[in-house]
Amino acid sequence: MKLNSNVPKGKLKDKWTQYKFDMKLVNPANKRKYNIIVVGTGLAGASAAASYSELGYNVKVFCIQDSPRRAHSIAAQGGINAAKNYPNDGDSIYRLFYDTIKGGDYRSREANVYRLAEVSNNIIDQCVAQGVPFARDYDGTLSNRSFGGALVSRTFYARGQTGQQLHLGACGALMKEASKPNLEIFPRREMMELVIHEGKARGIVVRNLINGELESYTADMVVLASGGYGNIYFLSTNAMSTNSSAIWAAHKKGAFFANPCFVQIHPTCMPVHGEYQSKLTLMSESLRNDGRVWVPQKKGDKRHPNDIPENERDYYLENKYPTFGNLVPRDVASRNAKEQCDLGKGVGNTGLAVYLDFKEATKRIGLEAIKAKYGNLFDMYKQITGKDPYSEPMMIFPAIHYTMGGLWVDYNLMSNLPGLFVLGEANFSDHGANRLGASALMQGLADGYFVAPYTAGNYLAQVNNNELTTDHEVFQEAEKAAKDKIEKLLAIKGNRTVDDFHKELGKLLWDNCGIARNETDLKKALKEIPRIREEFWKNVLIPGTTDSFNQTLERAMRVADFLEMAELMIHDASDRKESCGCHLREESQTEEGEALRKDNEYSYVSAWEFKGVGKEPELHKEELTFEEVELTQRSYK
Amino acid sequence: MKTINITVKVWRQENAVAKGHFEDYKLTEIDTDMSFLEMLDVLNEGLTLSGELPLAFDSDCREGICGMCGAVVNGEPHGPVKAVTICQLHMRSFTDGQTLVIESWRSKAFPVIKDIVVDRSAFDRIMMAGGYISVKTGTTTDANANLITSDIAEEAMDAAQCIGCGACVAACPNASAMLFVGAKVSHLSLLPQGKIECVERVRKMVTQMDKEGFGSCSNEYECSVSCPKEINISHIARMNRKMIKATIKSVVG
Repeated sequence: MKLNSNVPKGKLKDKWTQYKFDMKLVNPANKRKYNIIVVGTGLAGASAAASYSELGYNVKVFCIQDSPRRAHSIAAQGGINAAKNYPNDGDSIYRLFYDTIKGGDYRSREANVYRLAEVSNNIIDQCVAQGVPFARDYDGTLSNRSFGGALVSRTFYARGQTGQQLHLGACGALMKEASKPNLEIFPRREMMELVIHEGKARGIVVRNLINGELESYTADMVVLASGGYGNIYFLSTNAMSTNSSAIWAAHKKGAFFANPCFVQIHPTCMPVHGEYQSKLTLMSESLRNDGRVWVPQKKGDKRHPNDIPENERDYYLENKYPTFGNLVPRDVASRNAKEQCDLGKGVGNTGLAVYLDFKEATKRIGLEAIKAKYGNLFDMYKQITGKDPYSEPMMIFPAIHYTMGGLWVDYNLMSNLPGLFVLGEANFSDHGANRLGASALMQGLADGYFVAPYTAGNYLAQVNNNELTTDHEVFQEAEKAAKDKIEKLLAIKGNRTVDDFHKELGKLLWDNCGIARNETDLKKALKEIPRIREEFWKNVLIPGTTDSFNQTLERAMRVADFLEMAELMIHDASDRKESCGCHLREESQTEEGEALRKDNEYSYVSAWEFKGVGKEPELHKEELTFEEVELTQRSYK
Repeated sequence: MKTINITVKVWRQENAVAKGHFEDYKLTEIDTDMSFLEMLDVLNEGLTLSGELPLAFDSDCREGICGMCGAVVNGEPHGPVKAVTICQLHMRSFTDGQTLVIESWRSKAFPVIKDIVVDRSAFDRIMMAGGYISVKTGTTTDANANLITSDIAEEAMDAAQCIGCGACVAACPNASAMLFVGAKVSHLSLLPQGKIECVERVRKMVTQMDKEGFGSCSNEYECSVSCPKEINISHIARMNRKMIKATIKSVVG
């Protein structure tokens, strides 16, 4: 099957404008005859749902939390990019486009990325109008700061809580629409099945998490904005409920999954304390501007860091990368930290941490300057770890943070399944093999406010759906499949907890499909995953019943899906024998040990087709062609 | 690694209509670096393996921003440490041999779903009533068209950072939601773009708040003390001023 990206013809900078003009429109009076389902209420889902409702469509919105406002977009700290060029420092739509495509290591689609940069300015206008209290300069204009991977100041922010404020803005729009009859919110619902009728996405089956009932809903199109799948590793910076079940259900019904092995790892997170660790907390990478990374030279050195003399410390980043030192890119910093820990030089209780030392910087610029720059981060560190980073080095460790992969979508953000749209982190669309800082928020809102409302109309104006009710056999079958899965899980009554399996899977993926990958490890993981999955289905212990509020059952279903999806990640990672974006493929390095991208062989999007659990998926390639940008290799030595 | 032994006295309630009770569990060798919720995870792993039902509790981001978690610990919403949620509370805040009494938020407007999980949808209905600026997608002017002084933006941000957890209601002897509503009213009415609907907004939100069964404010200030984002009581005062305006307007016209 040849994948068609449906990128319109014409010059890159004219494509979206021309395409909007060429689109078919739904008569305003007819919009109320169409039903749209939106799954997920983060930035992408909330903004899309509100915008659809404003246009006049009937919208049903579903989220797993108790309120749309809890979605994990709320936790984004840093900021949101836009090409406003308010600081007059040479930014432009083209530059934002260029930085994003280069940052993604040339593994994303030119036309989608250009459109993202193009609508970025509208997002800031929209958010300000909604009352987002962005930081301001003393003249009353909006303040900007710079962020990793960019040489201009284009990041808008609201303290360290930009995600929260943008998300509350989008939720405000959602609440405004929910007060009208054409939008309804269904909280504490988890999508279990996507319903396909006559080849088109026409509805979903959800589990009501309070009473366990299965509920069916029909629609003319389904929008998945259910976030990323970083929690497959068990430990990540994602929220506890973040999962892949909605997109995985769609994948099993025929939606292609693109680049599942593209995951981003953040180098400066709080370290793991013990087996009980439930999640990882991120700290701003700016810490590396002044902190020096080191481990003891001697393996298993248990002395207090302040008692280890200078000549017994290994400042491994400074030694290995003399030019960039502690400021090497995220993936290099992360990879080296893990390497040191694997060598037995890791510090802290678990040996899963390295030091980040501010002693020299404090001497150089003074305690007050350190406080002014990093005070809030130091406070946060102290509060979580109980240790004072002003008097001893911080401990840091890399953590899974964001997933660039997701369901394959075309220029309309529609998957290969007609009527199934995928927005935000759940799609693969804009970040290639690596996402730049402050671009996730931009993409979520671009998709929801300014892309999906247009492309949905174009689809609905042409679709001609037959009437479909939930008593149709396609819904009966989907409900039965969901019911069978639940009953099967509850009947196992084994000896191991859900988290126990999840941790085993997570560690396997972290060790074999994390920052650096090689063929031997990937092969090992491919053997191990089915074994864990089989044991899970024989030996998992889930207390409680299906007809009640049962959080263990919820987690079990998500882990069951992760155990299937993990195999796909390994297949994808095995296929991509190049170092690219966030990951190093050990077989693909330059003589100096730098990541080597192979544009001649791997300049494509890997779109995988589901062929059955445990069966090898089929790879479809969407070749990436670059008309505007020239491909370059990065260097940081 | 420092560890402590503790007893947790936890509110157990099968569902919204069942009668609840306290249950005691002993936990040994709890690492003091554990977060409070990780301690509950450990409790639940143990309960599950011994064939009992785990404790139902809400949590999501576990970094203090989503507002999903919350419990009253030894009488204090979000526990003994100021300006944190229970996901950011750590076991080093407790001592060896201590008993922790853990209860759900208690308010007529927040019915129990199970154990310490409550239904806070009343907050969403208050927001639906008017907690927003009525702007449609794409109908806006340039973001710098309206200048806002840094002080005002910062003050609005102080109010806007409410995480909607409900601790203010749990802390209040009257189970009042004035701090939650006041924070939103304040955030939006401070900004020029929010002033247009200000009077209508406050009237609609306060009406809905009363309808949901939240109590009145009697100036106990407990809400502000227990707020993990330290939202100031002055936002309630601002809301009251706006409400007086709204009332006068509806009477005089």
